[in-house]
Amino acid sequence: MRALLWRDIRLAARAGGSAMLALAFFAAVATLVPLGVGADLHLLARIAPGILWVAAVLAALLALDRLFQADFEDGSLDLLALSPLSLETVAVAKIAAHWLTTGLPLTLLSPLLAVLFGLKAIPALFVSLLVGTPAVSAIGAIGAGLTLSIRRGGLILPLIVLPLLAPAVIFGAGAVLAALDGLSNGALPLLGAFSFAACVLSPFATAAAVRLNLGS
Amino acid sequence: MLAVEDVTGLRGGRVLFRNLSFRVGAGSALSLEGANGTGKTSLLRMLAGLLAPASGAIRFGQVSEAEERGKFVGWLGHHDALKAQMTVAETLAFFARLHGGGETGPAMEAAGLSRLAGLPGQYLSAGQKKRVALARLKLSGRPLWLMDEPLASLDGAGKALAAALVRDHCAGGGIAVIATHEPLGLECERLAL
Repeated sequence: MRALLWRDIRLAARAGGSAMLALAFFAAVATLVPLGVGADLHLLARIAPGILWVAAVLAALLALDRLFQADFEDGSLDLLALSPLSLETVAVAKIAAHWLTTGLPLTLLSPLLAVLFGLKAIPALFVSLLVGTPAVSAIGAIGAGLTLSIRRGGLILPLIVLPLLAPAVIFGAGAVLAALDGLSNGALPLLGAFSFAACVLSPFATAAAVRLNLGS
Repeated sequence: MLAVEDVTGLRGGRVLFRNLSFRVGAGSALSLEGANGTGKTSLLRMLAGLLAPASGAIRFGQVSEAEERGKFVGWLGHHDALKAQMTVAETLAFFARLHGGGETGPAMEAAGLSRLAGLPGQYLSAGQKKRVALARLKLSGRPLWLMDEPLASLDGAGKALAAALVRDHCAGGGIAVIATHEPLGLECERLAL
Protein backbone atom coordinates (compact mmCIF):
# COMPACT_ATOMS: atom_id res chain seq x y z
CA MET A 1 0.00 0.00 0.00
CA ARG A 2 2.89 2.34 0.78
CA ALA A 3 4.22 1.81 -2.76
CA LEU A 4 0.93 3.03 -4.25
CA LEU A 5 0.73 5.95 -1.80
CA TRP A 6 4.21 7.14 -2.75
CA ARG A 7 3.57 6.70 -6.45
CA ASP A 8 0.41 8.81 -6.29
CA ILE A 9 2.08 11.51 -4.20
CA ARG A 10 4.99 11.61 -6.63
CA LEU A 11 2.67 11.85 -9.65
CA ALA A 12 0.66 14.66 -8.03
CA ALA A 13 3.79 16.61 -7.14
CA ARG A 14 5.48 16.33 -10.54
CA ALA A 15 4.97 18.55 -13.58
CA GLY A 16 1.39 18.25 -14.81
CA GLY A 17 0.32 16.91 -11.40
CA SER A 18 -2.66 18.16 -9.48
CA ALA A 19 -1.10 19.39 -6.22
CA MET A 20 0.12 22.78 -7.45
CA LEU A 21 -3.04 23.28 -9.50
CA ALA A 22 -5.28 22.96 -6.43
CA LEU A 23 -3.09 25.31 -4.41
CA ALA A 24 -3.00 27.91 -7.18
CA PHE A 25 -6.79 27.75 -7.61
CA PHE A 26 -7.35 28.15 -3.87
CA ALA A 27 -4.98 31.12 -3.71
CA ALA A 28 -6.52 32.74 -6.79
CA VAL A 29 -10.11 32.51 -5.50
CA ALA A 30 -9.15 33.68 -2.02
CA THR A 31 -7.29 36.63 -3.50
CA LEU A 32 -10.04 37.66 -5.89
CA VAL A 33 -12.89 37.73 -3.36
CA PRO A 34 -11.49 40.58 -1.22
CA LEU A 35 -10.77 42.50 -4.43
CA GLY A 36 -14.37 42.06 -5.52
CA VAL A 37 -16.00 42.70 -2.15
CA GLY A 38 -13.98 45.79 -1.33
CA ALA A 39 -12.05 46.99 1.70
CA ASP A 40 -14.74 46.50 4.37
CA LEU A 41 -12.64 44.44 6.80
CA HIS A 42 -15.54 43.67 9.09
CA LEU A 43 -17.60 42.22 6.24
CA LEU A 44 -14.59 40.31 4.86
CA ALA A 45 -13.87 38.76 8.24
CA ARG A 46 -17.50 37.57 8.50
CA ILE A 47 -17.59 35.94 5.07
CA ALA A 48 -14.03 34.59 5.22
CA PRO A 49 -14.83 31.21 6.83
CA GLY A 50 -17.50 30.38 4.24
CA ILE A 51 -15.51 31.64 1.26
CA LEU A 52 -12.29 29.90 2.29
CA TRP A 53 -14.10 26.64 3.03
CA VAL A 54 -15.96 26.64 -0.30
CA ALA A 55 -12.77 27.60 -2.16
CA ALA A 56 -10.87 24.77 -0.44
CA VAL A 57 -13.56 22.21 -1.33
CA LEU A 58 -13.66 23.33 -4.97
CA ALA A 59 -9.86 23.33 -5.19
CA ALA A 60 -9.71 19.79 -3.80
CA LEU A 61 -12.39 18.70 -6.32
CA LEU A 62 -10.21 19.87 -9.22
CA ALA A 63 -7.84 16.98 -8.67
CA LEU A 64 -10.47 14.39 -7.82
CA ASP A 65 -11.81 13.42 -11.23
CA ARG A 66 -8.46 11.93 -12.24
CA LEU A 67 -8.12 9.95 -9.00
CA PHE A 68 -9.12 6.70 -10.70
CA GLN A 69 -9.76 7.83 -14.26
CA ALA A 70 -6.08 8.29 -15.16
CA ASP A 71 -5.31 4.75 -13.96
CA PHE A 72 -8.42 3.42 -15.71
CA GLU A 73 -7.48 4.93 -19.06
CA ASP A 74 -3.87 3.76 -19.13
CA GLY A 75 -4.63 0.25 -17.87
CA SER A 76 -3.01 0.71 -14.44
CA LEU A 77 -6.31 0.12 -12.68
CA ASP A 78 -6.55 -3.42 -14.14
CA LEU A 79 -3.10 -4.13 -12.72
CA LEU A 80 -4.05 -2.64 -9.35
CA ALA A 81 -7.23 -4.74 -9.26
CA LEU A 82 -5.14 -7.86 -9.94
CA SER A 83 -2.38 -6.85 -7.50
CA PRO A 84 -2.06 -8.34 -4.02
CA LEU A 85 -3.88 -5.25 -2.68
CA SER A 86 -7.64 -5.33 -2.27
CA LEU A 87 -9.56 -2.54 -3.99
CA GLU A 88 -10.47 -1.23 -0.53
CA THR A 89 -6.76 -0.84 0.25
CA VAL A 90 -6.21 0.82 -3.12
CA ALA A 91 -8.99 3.27 -2.22
CA VAL A 92 -7.40 4.04 1.17
CA ALA A 93 -4.02 4.70 -0.48
CA LYS A 94 -5.57 6.96 -3.10
CA ILE A 95 -7.64 8.92 -0.56
CA ALA A 96 -4.57 9.38 1.64
CA ALA A 97 -2.45 10.49 -1.32
CA HIS A 98 -5.13 12.94 -2.43
CA TRP A 99 -5.38 14.45 1.04
CA LEU A 100 -1.62 14.68 1.47
CA THR A 101 -1.24 16.47 -1.87
CA THR A 102 -4.32 18.74 -1.74
CA GLY A 103 -6.13 18.88 1.63
CA LEU A 104 -2.99 19.24 3.72
CA PRO A 105 -1.25 21.87 1.54
CA LEU A 106 -4.53 23.85 1.33
CA THR A 107 -4.77 23.79 5.12
CA LEU A 108 -1.16 24.93 5.48
CA LEU A 109 -1.75 27.79 3.03
CA SER A 110 -5.02 28.92 4.62
CA PRO A 111 -3.55 31.09 7.46
CA LEU A 112 -1.76 33.20 4.87
CA LEU A 113 -4.96 33.72 2.87
CA ALA A 114 -6.99 34.41 6.02
CA VAL A 115 -4.84 37.50 6.51
CA LEU A 116 -6.25 38.90 3.25
CA PHE A 117 -9.69 38.78 4.87
CA GLY A 118 -8.59 40.27 8.18
CA LEU A 119 -9.78 37.06 9.85
CA LYS A 120 -8.78 36.89 13.51
CA ALA A 121 -9.76 33.27 14.18
CA ILE A 122 -6.88 31.85 12.17
CA PRO A 123 -6.18 28.89 14.50
CA ALA A 124 -9.86 27.86 14.31
CA LEU A 125 -9.77 28.02 10.49
CA PHE A 126 -6.58 25.97 10.41
CA VAL A 127 -7.97 23.30 12.74
CA SER A 128 -11.33 23.11 10.97
CA LEU A 129 -9.64 22.60 7.58
CA LEU A 130 -7.21 20.09 9.07
CA VAL A 131 -10.10 18.08 10.54
CA GLY A 132 -12.54 18.55 7.65
CA THR A 133 -10.51 18.18 4.45
CA PRO A 134 -10.03 14.40 4.86
CA ALA A 135 -13.81 14.13 4.43
CA VAL A 136 -13.51 15.98 1.11
CA SER A 137 -10.96 13.46 -0.16
CA ALA A 138 -12.89 10.47 1.20
CA ILE A 139 -16.32 11.44 -0.15
CA GLY A 140 -14.79 12.74 -3.36
CA ALA A 141 -13.21 9.33 -3.93
CA ILE A 142 -16.67 7.72 -4.05
CA GLY A 143 -17.65 10.16 -6.80
CA ALA A 144 -14.35 9.55 -8.60
CA GLY A 145 -14.98 5.80 -8.47
CA LEU A 146 -18.51 6.18 -9.83
CA THR A 147 -17.49 8.43 -12.72
CA LEU A 148 -14.18 6.83 -13.68
CA SER A 149 -15.37 5.41 -16.97
CA ILE A 150 -17.40 8.45 -18.01
CA ARG A 151 -15.78 10.76 -20.51
CA ARG A 152 -15.77 14.23 -18.98
CA GLY A 153 -16.75 12.64 -15.67
CA GLY A 154 -15.13 15.64 -14.04
CA LEU A 155 -18.25 17.65 -14.86
CA ILE A 156 -20.60 15.16 -13.22
CA LEU A 157 -18.40 14.54 -10.21
CA PRO A 158 -19.15 17.86 -8.43
CA LEU A 159 -22.89 17.26 -8.87
CA ILE A 160 -22.55 13.96 -7.01
CA VAL A 161 -20.04 15.06 -4.42
CA LEU A 162 -20.92 18.64 -3.50
CA PRO A 163 -24.32 17.90 -1.89
CA LEU A 164 -22.66 15.20 0.22
CA LEU A 165 -20.03 17.70 1.34
CA ALA A 166 -22.56 20.25 2.58
CA PRO A 167 -22.16 19.08 6.23
CA ALA A 168 -18.39 19.58 6.05
CA VAL A 169 -18.82 23.15 4.78
CA ILE A 170 -21.58 23.96 7.31
CA PHE A 171 -19.70 22.58 10.33
CA GLY A 172 -16.30 23.77 9.07
CA ALA A 173 -17.30 27.37 8.45
CA GLY A 174 -19.57 27.26 11.52
CA ALA A 175 -16.65 26.26 13.75
CA VAL A 176 -14.64 29.27 12.59
CA LEU A 177 -17.60 31.66 13.04
CA ALA A 178 -18.20 30.32 16.55
CA ALA A 179 -14.56 30.98 17.42
CA LEU A 180 -14.87 34.45 15.88
CA ASP A 181 -17.89 35.24 18.07
CA GLY A 182 -16.32 33.69 21.15
CA LEU A 183 -19.10 31.11 21.42
CA SER A 184 -18.69 27.55 22.64
CA ASN A 185 -17.75 25.45 19.68
CA GLY A 186 -20.10 22.56 18.99
CA ALA A 187 -19.43 22.52 15.25
CA LEU A 188 -15.86 21.25 15.48
CA PRO A 189 -16.69 17.92 17.17
CA LEU A 190 -19.49 17.40 14.65
CA LEU A 191 -17.05 18.13 11.82
CA GLY A 192 -14.64 15.64 13.34
CA ALA A 193 -17.33 12.98 13.61
CA PHE A 194 -18.45 13.58 10.01
CA SER A 195 -14.88 13.42 8.75
CA PHE A 196 -14.12 10.25 10.72
CA ALA A 197 -17.25 8.48 9.48
CA ALA A 198 -16.50 9.53 5.89
CA CYS A 199 -12.93 8.23 6.08
CA VAL A 200 -13.95 4.90 7.60
CA LEU A 201 -16.87 4.18 5.27
CA SER A 202 -15.68 5.68 2.00
CA PRO A 203 -13.05 3.04 1.07
CA PHE A 204 -15.77 0.37 0.96
CA ALA A 205 -18.13 2.49 -1.15
CA THR A 206 -15.27 3.60 -3.38
CA ALA A 207 -14.07 0.03 -3.94
CA ALA A 208 -17.63 -1.04 -4.79
CA ALA A 209 -17.94 1.79 -7.31
CA VAL A 210 -14.60 0.91 -8.93
CA ARG A 211 -15.52 -2.79 -9.06
CA LEU A 212 -18.81 -1.89 -10.75
CA ASN A 213 -17.02 0.13 -13.43
CA LEU A 214 -14.22 -2.39 -14.03
CA GLY A 215 -16.66 -5.23 -14.53
CA SER A 216 -18.84 -3.46 -17.09
CA MET B 1 -4.61 -26.09 -14.57
CA LEU B 2 -6.96 -23.50 -15.97
CA ALA B 3 -10.45 -24.86 -16.61
CA VAL B 4 -13.18 -23.04 -18.50
CA GLU B 5 -16.58 -24.71 -18.43
CA ASP B 6 -19.62 -23.70 -20.45
CA VAL B 7 -18.75 -20.03 -20.41
CA THR B 8 -20.99 -17.65 -22.30
CA GLY B 9 -19.80 -14.13 -22.94
CA LEU B 10 -22.05 -11.14 -23.54
CA ARG B 11 -20.98 -7.65 -24.51
CA GLY B 12 -23.54 -4.88 -24.82
CA GLY B 13 -26.33 -7.48 -24.98
CA ARG B 14 -24.65 -9.31 -27.88
CA VAL B 15 -23.49 -12.90 -27.54
CA LEU B 16 -19.74 -13.15 -28.21
CA PHE B 17 -19.36 -16.85 -27.54
CA ARG B 18 -21.66 -19.49 -26.14
CA ASN B 19 -20.90 -22.54 -23.93
CA LEU B 20 -17.18 -22.30 -24.41
CA SER B 21 -15.17 -25.01 -22.63
CA PHE B 22 -11.45 -25.68 -22.65
CA ARG B 23 -8.58 -26.58 -20.37
CA VAL B 24 -4.99 -25.45 -20.31
CA GLY B 25 -2.60 -27.62 -18.31
CA ALA B 26 0.39 -26.46 -16.29
CA GLY B 27 3.38 -25.73 -18.49
CA SER B 28 1.43 -25.02 -21.64
CA ALA B 29 0.36 -22.02 -23.66
CA LEU B 30 -2.87 -21.40 -25.53
CA SER B 31 -3.19 -18.98 -28.39
CA LEU B 32 -6.62 -17.36 -28.79
CA GLU B 33 -7.34 -16.49 -32.39
CA GLY B 34 -10.21 -14.88 -34.21
CA ALA B 35 -11.26 -11.84 -36.19
CA ASN B 36 -11.74 -8.41 -34.60
CA GLY B 37 -14.69 -8.32 -32.22
CA THR B 38 -14.96 -12.06 -31.62
CA GLY B 39 -14.39 -11.58 -27.90
CA LYS B 40 -10.71 -12.41 -27.34
CA THR B 41 -10.13 -9.48 -25.00
CA SER B 42 -13.44 -10.09 -23.19
CA LEU B 43 -12.51 -13.73 -22.66
CA LEU B 44 -9.12 -12.72 -21.25
CA ARG B 45 -10.80 -10.27 -18.88
CA MET B 46 -13.17 -13.05 -17.79
CA LEU B 47 -10.25 -15.40 -17.18
CA ALA B 48 -8.60 -12.67 -15.07
CA GLY B 49 -11.80 -12.16 -13.09
CA LEU B 50 -12.13 -8.56 -14.24
CA LEU B 51 -15.33 -9.28 -16.16
CA ALA B 52 -18.07 -11.66 -15.13
CA PRO B 53 -19.23 -14.27 -17.69
CA ALA B 54 -22.98 -14.41 -18.35
CA SER B 55 -22.90 -18.07 -17.36
CA GLY B 56 -20.44 -20.88 -16.76
CA ALA B 57 -17.47 -21.34 -14.46
CA ILE B 58 -13.77 -20.54 -14.63
CA ARG B 59 -11.34 -22.24 -12.27
CA PHE B 60 -7.62 -21.87 -11.80
CA GLY B 61 -6.50 -24.86 -9.76
CA GLN B 62 -9.10 -25.03 -7.01
CA VAL B 63 -9.89 -21.29 -7.12
CA SER B 64 -13.08 -20.22 -8.84
CA GLU B 65 -13.96 -16.94 -7.11
CA ALA B 66 -13.13 -14.09 -9.50
CA GLU B 67 -11.25 -11.74 -7.18
CA GLU B 68 -9.26 -14.62 -5.64
CA ARG B 69 -8.35 -15.92 -9.10
CA GLY B 70 -7.04 -12.48 -9.99
CA LYS B 71 -4.27 -12.89 -7.41
CA PHE B 72 -2.70 -15.58 -9.64
CA VAL B 73 -2.86 -13.54 -12.82
CA GLY B 74 -0.01 -11.79 -14.60
CA TRP B 75 -1.72 -9.30 -16.90
CA LEU B 76 -0.51 -7.75 -20.13
CA GLY B 77 -3.39 -5.72 -21.52
CA HIS B 78 -4.09 -3.44 -24.47
CA HIS B 79 -2.84 -0.45 -22.53
CA ASP B 80 0.68 -0.16 -21.27
CA ALA B 81 -0.08 1.25 -17.80
CA LEU B 82 2.82 3.70 -18.07
CA LYS B 83 2.81 7.16 -16.56
CA ALA B 84 4.26 9.96 -18.68
CA GLN B 85 6.06 11.45 -15.66
CA MET B 86 7.57 8.22 -14.32
CA THR B 87 10.79 6.67 -15.60
CA VAL B 88 11.03 3.06 -16.70
CA ALA B 89 13.02 2.18 -13.57
CA GLU B 90 10.48 3.89 -11.28
CA THR B 91 7.56 2.17 -13.01
CA LEU B 92 9.09 -1.26 -12.62
CA ALA B 93 10.27 -0.59 -9.05
CA PHE B 94 6.73 0.49 -8.10
CA PHE B 95 5.30 -2.66 -9.58
CA ALA B 96 7.90 -4.86 -7.91
CA ARG B 97 7.15 -3.26 -4.50
CA LEU B 98 3.43 -3.71 -5.10
CA HIS B 99 4.09 -7.41 -5.54
CA GLY B 100 6.23 -7.65 -2.44
CA GLY B 101 9.75 -6.70 -3.49
CA GLY B 102 12.18 -8.28 -5.90
CA GLU B 103 15.05 -6.99 -7.99
CA THR B 104 14.00 -5.17 -11.17
CA GLY B 105 17.46 -5.33 -12.82
CA PRO B 106 17.21 -8.83 -14.32
CA ALA B 107 13.72 -8.25 -15.75
CA MET B 108 14.85 -4.92 -17.24
CA GLU B 109 17.92 -6.62 -18.71
CA ALA B 110 15.83 -9.48 -20.11
CA ALA B 111 13.46 -7.04 -21.85
CA GLY B 112 16.35 -5.02 -23.29
CA LEU B 113 15.48 -1.93 -21.27
CA SER B 114 18.73 -1.29 -19.39
CA ARG B 115 19.63 1.75 -21.47
CA LEU B 116 16.14 3.25 -21.04
CA ALA B 117 15.98 2.96 -17.23
CA GLY B 118 16.09 6.72 -16.62
CA LEU B 119 13.73 7.72 -19.44
CA PRO B 120 10.24 8.99 -18.53
CA GLY B 121 7.27 7.13 -20.03
CA GLN B 122 6.32 9.99 -22.34
CA TYR B 123 9.49 9.55 -24.44
CA LEU B 124 9.08 5.82 -25.05
CA SER B 125 8.01 4.41 -28.41
CA ALA B 126 5.07 2.00 -28.62
CA GLY B 127 7.46 -0.94 -28.91
CA GLN B 128 9.50 0.19 -25.94
CA LYS B 129 6.32 0.53 -23.88
CA LYS B 130 5.41 -3.02 -24.78
CA ARG B 131 8.85 -4.16 -23.61
CA VAL B 132 8.22 -2.46 -20.25
CA ALA B 133 4.92 -4.33 -20.04
CA LEU B 134 6.74 -7.61 -20.75
CA ALA B 135 9.30 -6.85 -18.04
CA ARG B 136 6.45 -6.09 -15.63
CA LEU B 137 4.76 -9.37 -16.50
CA LYS B 138 7.98 -11.25 -15.75
CA LEU B 139 8.35 -9.34 -12.46
CA SER B 140 4.84 -10.27 -11.32
CA GLY B 141 5.95 -13.84 -10.67
CA ARG B 142 2.36 -14.98 -11.22
CA PRO B 143 1.62 -18.48 -12.60
CA LEU B 144 -1.17 -17.55 -15.04
CA TRP B 145 -0.13 -15.10 -17.77
CA LEU B 146 -2.94 -13.48 -19.75
CA MET B 147 -1.62 -11.51 -22.71
CA ASP B 148 -3.61 -9.35 -25.09
CA GLU B 149 -1.81 -8.81 -28.39
CA PRO B 150 1.66 -9.02 -26.85
CA LEU B 151 3.39 -8.78 -30.23
CA ALA B 152 1.73 -5.55 -31.40
CA SER B 153 4.27 -2.76 -32.03
CA LEU B 154 7.26 -5.01 -31.31
CA ASP B 155 10.16 -5.33 -33.75
CA GLY B 156 11.62 -8.73 -34.78
CA ALA B 157 13.91 -8.91 -31.76
CA GLY B 158 11.05 -7.87 -29.47
CA LYS B 159 8.80 -10.61 -30.85
CA ALA B 160 11.52 -13.18 -30.30
CA LEU B 161 11.93 -11.83 -26.76
CA ALA B 162 8.20 -12.15 -26.03
CA ALA B 163 8.20 -15.73 -27.33
CA ALA B 164 11.27 -16.56 -25.23
CA LEU B 165 9.65 -15.13 -22.08
CA VAL B 166 6.52 -17.22 -22.63
CA ARG B 167 8.61 -20.32 -23.35
CA ASP B 168 10.59 -19.82 -20.11
CA HIS B 169 7.38 -19.21 -18.16
CA CYS B 170 5.81 -22.41 -19.43
CA ALA B 171 9.02 -24.38 -18.93
CA GLY B 172 8.75 -23.38 -15.25
CA GLY B 173 5.26 -24.86 -15.03
CA GLY B 174 3.36 -21.64 -15.75
CA ILE B 175 0.35 -21.19 -18.02
CA ALA B 176 -0.03 -18.54 -20.71
CA VAL B 177 -3.19 -17.61 -22.61
CA ILE B 178 -2.41 -15.25 -25.46
CA ALA B 179 -4.81 -13.40 -27.73
CA THR B 180 -3.04 -12.68 -30.97
CA HIS B 181 -3.36 -12.04 -34.67
CA GLU B 182 0.23 -12.97 -35.40
CA PRO B 183 2.08 -16.27 -35.19
CA LEU B 184 3.72 -16.39 -31.76
CA GLY B 185 6.75 -18.36 -32.83
CA LEU B 186 6.27 -21.05 -30.23
CA GLU B 187 4.66 -24.44 -29.86
CA CYS B 188 1.20 -24.03 -28.40
CA GLU B 189 -2.38 -25.11 -28.66
CA ARG B 190 -4.74 -22.87 -30.59
CA LEU B 191 -8.32 -21.92 -29.98
CA ALA B 192 -10.34 -20.05 -32.60
CA LEU B 193 -13.18 -17.87 -31.37
